[in-house]
Amino acid sequence: MILILFQILKEGLPVLQLHFFLDSPKNMGRDGGIFSTIIGTAALTAVAIIVGAPLGVGTAIFLREYTRESKTSRMIRFGTDCLAGVPSIIFGLFGFVFFVIRLNMGWSILSGGLTLAAMILPTVISTAEESINAVPYSYREVNYSLGGTKWQMVTRVVLPSALPGIFTGILLSIGRSIGETAAIILTAGSSLVMPTSLFSPIRTMSVHFYILAREGISMKMAYGTGAALILLVLIINILAQGLINRYIRHRT
Amino acid sequence: MSQGSKIVIKDFNFYYESVQVLRNITIDFQPNQIFTIFGPARSGKTTVLKSLNRLTDLFFGSSHTGTIFLDGMDIYDPKVNLTHLRRRVGMVFDLPTPLPMSIFDNVAYGPRLNKLIQRRRLSETVEKALKSAVLWEEVKDRLNTSALRLSGGQQQRLCIARILALEPEVLLLDEPCSGLDPISTASIEETLTKLKENYTIVLIPHNIQQASRMADRAGFFLNGELVEEGPAYQVFTRPKDKRTEDYVTGKFG
Repeated sequence: MILILFQILKEGLPVLQLHFFLDSPKNMGRDGGIFSTIIGTAALTAVAIIVGAPLGVGTAIFLREYTRESKTSRMIRFGTDCLAGVPSIIFGLFGFVFFVIRLNMGWSILSGGLTLAAMILPTVISTAEESINAVPYSYREVNYSLGGTKWQMVTRVVLPSALPGIFTGILLSIGRSIGETAAIILTAGSSLVMPTSLFSPIRTMSVHFYILAREGISMKMAYGTGAALILLVLIINILAQGLINRYIRHRT
Repeated sequence: MSQGSKIVIKDFNFYYESVQVLRNITIDFQPNQIFTIFGPARSGKTTVLKSLNRLTDLFFGSSHTGTIFLDGMDIYDPKVNLTHLRRRVGMVFDLPTPLPMSIFDNVAYGPRLNKLIQRRRLSETVEKALKSAVLWEEVKDRLNTSALRLSGGQQQRLCIARILALEPEVLLLDEPCSGLDPISTASIEETLTKLKENYTIVLIPHNIQQASRMADRAGFFLNGELVEEGPAYQVFTRPKDKRTEDYVTGKFG
């Protein structure tokens, strides 16, 4: 890992100057910066999380609190476990056929975001389920003994207690969304134009990196993008970890 | 059914799956008294307690026959509002179970659930409940710190305060002192004796000494049966049943 980091940062760091972040790519990415790809990455990830996280956490709550272990719940769990093992290019193909063509959304932030949402769902569900499962039974009993309903128990006791775990799952998902390439090229395109709406095609940083390197456009810019990507993920992780720690300290 | 009983349990049988854990229980609980339910482990004591506010409903596959009346109302009537019932019949568990939030939020949890109290009155209610549970003096300056930082005895009194904040009519306590040192135990016993003036209390003591210290009336349970029930002094000093005598004198248990 150190070797990888060292290589990318050595080649990439010299490129990282303010205008690299703030300028739009010019000349197919040979010159200029990566501003539009940063926006693209952020927008795509945001859509994926906004759609995927509530759906995943909701599923986990349903599985843990509202169903007993049954055929249905086992089937849902088996399904999500299978989803977790599906290669991302298959998700890309599905997104391309279903969102891009069938629902006529075109190559867009929406198509890509929804595809990513489907892709991160298993991670969100299983981490959320695990952390909901770790909430002591006694908390639930206390809620009932004070006259609380199941919904009040979920919103006031279970979710707050499970939040750090759920958050970790979402964080992993953000990382996966940022790093994804294959599925995104198929569903969100690889346009370098600044997006104007949810239906604009975009290019994310990872895709940009891939294309720059793959097509031999500019290794220098590719390394720069790579370094920026690594730093971005690092910063997100550090910030999130800090937030979680503060939250836990506040509650105990 | 004697006059003025708060709770009447009548011909009550309880089953987990096919295992019968309570056999034909009939007892009255009088207001302003402490009734202690004692007996060896697995004799059905906790199940009796949890039946009284229907926490037993949480166990999948349980069933019962017979019924329980609270002020003459059948609590197993399908029309009974569980939230309302559990507000009237509060329960404290054998281990302290503070929720992972501040002291204030713990006590306010019940009142907030039911949105019966305006924000302004909430802090009065919390203060009153903590005072009734004899905890106020120890925590009044740190209501916003986490309840998990309190000592075991304080946590248990916090749990009592949390129930009291709902202004229930009946208090159920399941070995509330089992994990506590003698000093904490003494302070909880003192609390309970004070609370007796306003509540009907059903207590499962964690040992026979506590049972005889606290009880006005007592009932001895064995294998899901109520062996003997009566005024505490009589049950503990001149038991009618041989099995009660053997247990009270420590021949088994």
